[in-house]
This record gives sequence, C-alpha cells and structure tokens, in this order.
Amino acid sequence: MIAEIGHYALILALVIAVAQSLLPLYGAARGSAPLMAVGPSAAIGQFAFVALAFAMLTQAYVVSDFTLVNVVQNSHSEKPLLYKITGLWSNHEGSMLLWVMILSLFGALVAARGGNLPPSLRARVLAIQGMIGAAFLAFILFTSNPFLRVFPPPADGRGMNPVLQDPGLAFHPPILYLGYVGFSVAFAFAVAALIEGRVDAAWARWVRPWTLAAWSALTLGIALGSWWAYYELGWGGFWFWDPVENASLLPWLAGTALLHSAIVVEKRDALKSWTVLLAILAFVMSLIGTFLVRSGVLTSVHSFASDPARGLFILGILILTAGGALVLYAIRAPTLKAGGLFQPISREGALVLNNLLLATACATVFLGTLYPLFLDALNGPKVSVGAPYFNATFLPLMTPALLVMVVAPLMAWKRADLAGALGRLKLAFLAALIIAGGAWAMKGGPILALIGLAIAAWLVVGAVIDIAERIRLFRVALGDSLRRLMGLPRSAIGAAVAHGALGIVVAGITASSAWHAENIGVMKPGESVDIAGYTIKLEQVGEVDGPNYRARRAVLSATYAGKLVAVLTPEKRFFTVQQTTTTEAAIHTTGFADLYAVLGDPATPQAGSEVTDSGWVIRLYHNPLVPWIWVGAALMALGGGISLTDRRHRVGAPTRSGARIAQVAKA
Amino acid sequence: MTRLFAALALLIALSGPALAIQPDEVLADPALEARARDLSKGLRCLVCQNQSIDDSDADLARDLRIILRERLSAGDSDTQAIAYLTARYGDFVLLKPPIKPVTWALWFGPAALLLLGAGGIVIGLRRRKASDGALDALSDPERARLAAILKDRDQE
Repeated sequence: MIAEIGHYALILALVIAVAQSLLPLYGAARGSAPLMAVGPSAAIGQFAFVALAFAMLTQAYVVSDFTLVNVVQNSHSEKPLLYKITGLWSNHEGSMLLWVMILSLFGALVAARGGNLPPSLRARVLAIQGMIGAAFLAFILFTSNPFLRVFPPPADGRGMNPVLQDPGLAFHPPILYLGYVGFSVAFAFAVAALIEGRVDAAWARWVRPWTLAAWSALTLGIALGSWWAYYELGWGGFWFWDPVENASLLPWLAGTALLHSAIVVEKRDALKSWTVLLAILAFVMSLIGTFLVRSGVLTSVHSFASDPARGLFILGILILTAGGALVLYAIRAPTLKAGGLFQPISREGALVLNNLLLATACATVFLGTLYPLFLDALNGPKVSVGAPYFNATFLPLMTPALLVMVVAPLMAWKRADLAGALGRLKLAFLAALIIAGGAWAMKGGPILALIGLAIAAWLVVGAVIDIAERIRLFRVALGDSLRRLMGLPRSAIGAAVAHGALGIVVAGITASSAWHAENIGVMKPGESVDIAGYTIKLEQVGEVDGPNYRARRAVLSATYAGKLVAVLTPEKRFFTVQQTTTTEAAIHTTGFADLYAVLGDPATPQAGSEVTDSGWVIRLYHNPLVPWIWVGAALMALGGGISLTDRRHRVGAPTRSGARIAQVAKA
Repeated sequence: MTRLFAALALLIALSGPALAIQPDEVLADPALEARARDLSKGLRCLVCQNQSIDDSDADLARDLRIILRERLSAGDSDTQAIAYLTARYGDFVLLKPPIKPVTWALWFGPAALLLLGAGGIVIGLRRRKASDGALDALSDPERARLAAILKDRDQE
C-alpha cells in the first residue's frame, strides 16, 4: 500500500509538472494573470507529491519492505538504520528520485520566495523548471521506477555495496545534487530572460543567490566525495581525474565562471549575453554529469548502474534541454544590448580574464573526459586520458587565474590602477617569497611545489589585505575599522573568505602531493618501522565483530620523539551478505599532517618455510597538509554561505538610492 | 568487449582488494624501484577506469607492475620498458596519450580555445571602443541629475 501511494504520488507530480510547464508559459505570452498564477501553486504541489513519494520509499527502506525490487536489491534487514535510509540513494532509481525531489524543492522555493519577481518572469522561470521536472519524472516512471513489486518476496535483501556504507558517502549524494540541480534555477532564469528578451542588473541580482547556493553545495559535495575517496579507498589519494569526478568538476567550473560574470552584469550591466550562456552551460554540464554517471557510458568505480535504455532517455533530455536553450540563445542573444564600457585594465577586465581561463579549463576537462568516447564512437583507436594529461593542461590554465584573483578585488571598476593594486599587495608578495623560501630551506624542492606554496600564501594574505584595505585597518582607529567591518557588504566578506580558503586548498594539494612519505612492508607483531619522524610499532592483530561485518583489526602505536602520540587501528572488513571485503584506513591527524595506516593481507610465507605467522602487509603514509584540502573547501562553501546572507538578496529590501534611481529613470 | 569487462570486474570484486603495490613486488634496488614507481603512475590498469597501475588493486595491475619491474631489472631504459608495454597493449595503456594526429585535438584544443577566446575578447573590446564615440556626452540636465544621485549615494 505504501509503495502504491508513492507510485501514485509520482504520477500526480508528473501531471502537475506538465501543467506547470505549459499553463504559466501560455499565460505569460497572453498576459493572463490567472494562468501565470498556476506556476507557483503547481511548483509547490509538484514538490509536495515528489516529497510524498520520497517519504514512502524511505519508509519502505526503514521497515525493510522486501516486496519492492529496489529495496531487495539495495538493502538488508541487518543493516544499521542510517545505511538503510541512505541506501535509498545508493542506487540508480533512488538517486534519481532524490535528484527530482531536490529539483522540485528548488522550484517550490522559487515559487515561495519569488514574490518580488515580475509575474511574467516568475511564470516563465517556473514553467522551465516544470519542463525539467516533467522530463525527469517521466524518466523515473518509464525507466527507473523504484516502486516496482517483486513476487514472491525474498526472505531478505541483497544489501548495499559495503564501500558505500560510510557516513561520508551517506551525505555526499544529497549535497552534490543540491549543487547540480541548483544550477537548474540559473538555467530557468536564463531561458526565461531570453524569452522575455531582457537581462539587466535586477535579473543578475535574482539569479545570484540561487547560483551561490548551488555553487556552495557543489563545492561541499565535491569535497565530501574527495574526502571519502581519501579515507576509504585506502591509499591516501584524494583526486583521481576519474570521469565521474570530472563530471562534478565541469558544472563547478562553469558555475564559478557564472558567479563571477553575473557580478559584472549586476554592477556594470556588461557581459550579459556571456552570462546567460554560462547559466545555460552550468546546468547543461550538470546534466552531462548526470548522463555520464547514470547511463553507465563510463564504467567506473563510482557508477554502479548501467542500462542503455536509461542512457538514451537521459541523452534525449540532455539534447532537448541543451539544444532548445542554445537555439533560443542563438536567436535572442544578439538582441541583448551590451551596457557599461570598460578598459582592459579594470575589475571587469580581470573578471573577463578569470572567465576566459575558467571556461577554457572547463572545456579542457570536458575534452579530456570525453575524448576516449569520441574516438571510440568514430571507430578510432582506444586511448586513455588520465591524470598526467589533466595535470599538464588544467594546472597551467588555473595558475594565472589564481594569480589574478587576488588582484581583481583591489581593482576599480571601469578603469583601474594596476600598479596601485599591486602596490597594496606588497605584503602578500613578501609572504609568498618567505613561504617559498622557507619550504626551499626545509625541503629543498621540487620547484613546482615551492611555486604552489607561494601561490597559496599569495591567496591567503591577499584575501586578508583585501578586507584590511576595505576597513582601513591601522590607518584609522581600531574601533572605526571594526565598525567598517560590520558595515561591509557580506558579499565582500564572503568573497574574501572563499578566495583565501582556496589558498588553503592549494597549500594542501601542493604539500601532500610533493612531500608525502610512504612505507609499505611486512610487519610481525612487535616489529616497528620509522616514517616521517614517527616510529610505528605493530602491537597485535586481532578479530572484531561489527553490526553486519567481521573485521580483522591491527593495533599500531605511533610514537614521536619517544612519546606515544596515537594508536592506529586499521581494519579489513568482511561483509558476509555481499561476500566482499573493504579496508578501513586508520588516520591520525595533527591538523598539519595525517598519519595514515592500512592493514593488508597476511604476507605469503616463503616456499618451504615452516613458519605460519609470516606477518602482515602494513601500508603507512604520511601526508603533510592534506586535511587543509577539505578544511579549505569547507571554508570556500562557507564563504558562499556568507555571501548568500548579503543584504541585497533579502526579499523586499530595496535600498533608498536604488528606489530613487528607479524614480529618476522613470522621470 | 563489455561482457569481458563485466567478467573482469566481477573477478576483481570477488578477489577482494589487494591494495596497489605489494611488498613482495618491490625491487631491492631503490633507484630501480623509484623509476618503476614513476613509470607506473603513467600506466593504466587496463580493466580500471582511469586508474594507474600504481594505484590499482586489480590483479591485472599487479601483473603489469611485475612485468614492468622485470623489464627494468633486465636493463631496459624507461622508453624501452614503455615501448614493450605499448607494443602489447597499444596506446590505451598510457594515461598520457602520445601526441599523434588522432590526439591533436586533445592536446592542442585547450590552447586553441584559449587563443580563440582571447582573440574574441580583444575584437569585442575593440569594436565596443569604436562604437564608444557614437555615444553622446551627457546633456546638462542629465549631468545635474547624475550629480544628485551620486550625492545621495555618498550620504548613505
């Protein structure tokens, strides 16, 4: 019964979504207020029914309703409750339902918070959202229905892939999807603006909070995924240039560019047509990411579902969405009048450069990720495009962007004094030199790592200088500076936090890539090895029982300068239901470095040897600054969040001068 | 082919993670081992998705690691060892595809796009500058109104 309610709710949501995509659009064209008013109520109704379906599926998972195929395939009665719930989105059908629920949530939020939008714009935005919702609801109902029954029901389920039974991965998909799907709002606004033929500062201001929210969530989602890979996959890597990771990086790069170009539209009325294109591309990249992951076109460690019918359906949605929007763009974009003029050396100029680099980086990742597929489709030779390619192309593109992003906030709009801006960054330049010099004295190289650390210092100190300049720190009384700090626009604070945080990420990536140490060897209980100043001793290896697995656990003591600093307990878990083994790394972090231990197999005894206990394979890694990657990424997302609280995004808070300008403009 | 990969994937799943390089693979000569590690990072584990044989748990990756070390121990140079592997597995085994006509678009695409974009921006800015003169200067009443607005803003 529960499943039928869910199934029926999904069908109703589809019907509502179809109405939502047609009636408001027609109403906006005809100027009919009642038809346009269908938009908000339909959006809220669509969300309510999708949420109901989602709740019903959650219930089926919680009570382990094994009459549902989806639950049988992905759950097990002995699983901890948390993983019963997260098991819902560990599979294709459930994760698509989550995707659509977040999409309809955004639609409902636009409906609820869009009271200050012009009615026709709101109607059109909601209609576009309705179309995307209808397409994906149809996709679920026709190819990926999670509510299908099985008869006779089996006694128990098949359980979930044990690698996914992990708190980091439990929350990775929802947060990532908030990001992916959040760009649908920017997309809907872009298409609606193209239909209306109007893009102005107000439009940019409406789009900004949605883009910011999506960008922050995507940043956090990518970081969570990378963190999970780091501690779960068992060898300390955090980014693999795996196609599925690239799929999440594509919308992030496009979204980052969008976030910055939209500022120019808002403040200077320039770059309109480019910004609209980016808004379209950011969501198209999200759809491409969904397509790559969900269609199984790339079989990778991340992707556990593949079915050509589904792939073709999503490809159809992708082509219709991207094709339709781009055709509309080609027709309408030339009519968008370019506004404010600017000199090449200006904040606009710096943002244009940032956009050029981000867009090229995005295109490069796209090219590298899909090139093997293109060649394959053209019956060309089979090639691999892996980390060496991306390191050789992506990093050189991002480096100038990192250098420029420190200078840009100190530049004036329209025409800037570059020498003056650089002059104010003297301290940042000095800090970069000192850090690079210090690292050279301590580690001696490699040169690329020194450059990386210098850039990190440049970013962090540059962000501090940006704020210090704005509040005239040490040039006016401290109290005055504090008052100025409180009065600063939140968007300026958010931007500085996010920019500085990227410096922390850069430091983490650089140091952990350049200076990680490892020791892979066979150890017997009582033996010890040295790594990065630590002495690691294998105390014992024993067995423990978990809720749905059995584990072998090693106990390692880590001493530094004769003092015990940590006890590491890496495990190897055997999940009886799935008959699979996972490794649980033990990580001790000091905040500046991670000590990372992995328990391997028992060593193979030498031929002819009588000894049965020949020891255990133990892998030890020392990864300097690696936690900074995730702390930095979380701070970047926080920066986005701070910017989101900016006064100008609050509903119905027009500034006095703004109202005055509007009056004057009317006169 | 798909079926083969599926079968291989199943095999890997059943054999359980062996976790990348094993102690018994490590060469006694540290210089040789360092070269092997370096080369491994650029070689693809053929049954994995973009994982290098240095990172991969797959049995096939282990075989490749051992073959590579055998070649190096036999006195092969880096290029010879790589050539030995590409002769058997094709360019597919290289994570950094070689520059050939078929990969020109891959290797030169980013630079071409960057130049194209930069060119487009320069032309765009020039064109707008040219049309700049067409804009009339502000009239006196407009200038007065602007001054009023700016004054109003400064007071806030």
